[in-house]
Amino acid sequence: MSDLLRTNRGAETAPAVAPVPPRGTRAPTTRNGVDRGPRARLWPVHLVLIFGSLIMVGPFLWEVLTSIKTMAESTQVPPTLLPEVLQWQNYAEVFEQLPFGTMFVNTVLMTIGRTLGQLVFCSLAAYAFARLEFPGRNAIFVAFLAVLMVPPQLFLIPQYQIMAGLGWLNTLQALILPGMFSAFGTFLLRQFFLTLPREMEEAARLDGANPLQIFWHVALPLVRPGLLALTILTVLWSWNDLLWPLVVNTDPLRMPLSAGLASLNGQYDTPFPVLMAGSLMATAPIIVLFLVLQRHFIEGIALTGSKG
Amino acid sequence: MALTNQVTAAAATAPPAAGAGTPRRRRLFAREAFWGYLMILPIAVGLAIFYLYPIVRTLYFSFTEWGAFGGYTWTGLENYRALIGDEAARGALLNTLLYSFLVLLGIPLSIALAALLNVKGLRGVAFYRILYFLPVITMPVAVAIVWRWIYNGDFGILNFLLSKIGISGTSWLTNPDTALISIAVVGIWMTIGYNMVILLAGLQSIPPHYYEAAAIDGAGPFRKFFSITVPLLSPSIFFVTVLTLIQALQVFDLVFAMIMPTNPALPRAQSVVYLFYQEAFVANDRGYAAAIVMALLVVILVITLVQFRLQKRWVHSE
Repeated sequence: MSDLLRTNRGAETAPAVAPVPPRGTRAPTTRNGVDRGPRARLWPVHLVLIFGSLIMVGPFLWEVLTSIKTMAESTQVPPTLLPEVLQWQNYAEVFEQLPFGTMFVNTVLMTIGRTLGQLVFCSLAAYAFARLEFPGRNAIFVAFLAVLMVPPQLFLIPQYQIMAGLGWLNTLQALILPGMFSAFGTFLLRQFFLTLPREMEEAARLDGANPLQIFWHVALPLVRPGLLALTILTVLWSWNDLLWPLVVNTDPLRMPLSAGLASLNGQYDTPFPVLMAGSLMATAPIIVLFLVLQRHFIEGIALTGSKG
Repeated sequence: MALTNQVTAAAATAPPAAGAGTPRRRRLFAREAFWGYLMILPIAVGLAIFYLYPIVRTLYFSFTEWGAFGGYTWTGLENYRALIGDEAARGALLNTLLYSFLVLLGIPLSIALAALLNVKGLRGVAFYRILYFLPVITMPVAVAIVWRWIYNGDFGILNFLLSKIGISGTSWLTNPDTALISIAVVGIWMTIGYNMVILLAGLQSIPPHYYEAAAIDGAGPFRKFFSITVPLLSPSIFFVTVLTLIQALQVFDLVFAMIMPTNPALPRAQSVVYLFYQEAFVANDRGYAAAIVMALLVVILVITLVQFRLQKRWVHSE
């Protein structure tokens, strides 16, 4: 109680948003000493960074180029840089080798299901841990944290047993369900709620609102940066997740793209240009999302110290 | 996964409120407790079923032997005894440790890149950041497929480029001497952008007056780098080291998608989690697989604890 009535000390100075690491863009003021050097002197730095960029982006470019070559051309030595004739049918071929459309839908549904689940369940619990007093709160929170200490592979066998017991192997809910609950997401959002000033919640309380109403109308809108960060992390993790789908859904029609690609990759006779086309189509949505939201992506992932 | 976060979590946990006094306050407190339990209920149930119970269950399974039809019997420490004598398991552990060590070599590279991006007046930082971050967000299976192609011994682009400078390559992923290193290079490629972003944020938080003072004392750029930048960046370096190691010790996707079951380099490249997956879901030897993953838990905890211990020696704290 007293804890609730006390005003947040830092509230006067801290803005109502959670801390975000500084942007990559530079402030115009002096920084880090070396106070000389017109722009012209920076070309060696650019040279190194561009060389590094080539190594980072090169494999993607090579993937694109290979995906539109014939198998024969792609295995030519010395290799051609640009394809002689564009082989767009490699992309169509992916749909013949895999139920790509179905896998795409599975991936989207898995991603949406897990993300919505985490946003709802984690934010509710995070608010309770940050703001409400109840017996056993800290003990329960510590139990949540224990989940974070454990490598996630440790959960796999019992999770699989549960799904098998329910008769849910090769179902959509098997892909989604365990990923809807996240100790990490709860912890992350709790940190955001803790930075909020309490005054507005106090005002709502005096107006007779119950904690759920305060959470929904007052607190939740203020932690949007946290919700966005959690969304990005969960989307990324779900989209790229391999091990769990591999374990529970062995039916190609129930697989997400990651497992589908892995199975195509495991077939000895899959032509490499087709594999490249499939990989590109499977990763394109995330890359586009990244390019659209790039600053949020980078900061969200950096801020949370986790790739999911 | 987020061990470092837990430290802050423990520190941030609010002190328990003073006991309730008057009846009215007690009633309010009870009402608040009701809402508190209600709000944590969904996730508490979910975590209990899918995460907490499995921890206990896996520990139990690690003391059992699984029959061909799914039944299991208690065998005590048998799995662990077998694990110690198992050459494949020992190999997988050594491979994983070597892989993790190799991936750590990407951290100095990330520091150098972050330092370059932090050079005063440099343009295009946001652009570089995007390019270096691209491998971080890409599906590991897709990454593995592209690199399999690049590494191909007969017509891979890598060997073609190497031949241009007079080096004759090998079949990188099927040669037992190079397979693990080749996978680790991809591991570095995938983590460099992430570590760079964290380290860049760390660099930008170093107050400029340190450098100004050093400049007045006549310190050169190298002196500044090693006497100011490195010590003040050490908390960030520690953070990315802990995280990179925890993730590298769990490597699976890259190995799974780059090393086929018939690959002659498999024994020298398979990771602990790869072996776990094979035992648990291909060979259906779940008791033994549970022992493998328990051993991995111990390895990760020990390595992380050692790092936290050593931290006091080299990580600078205000």
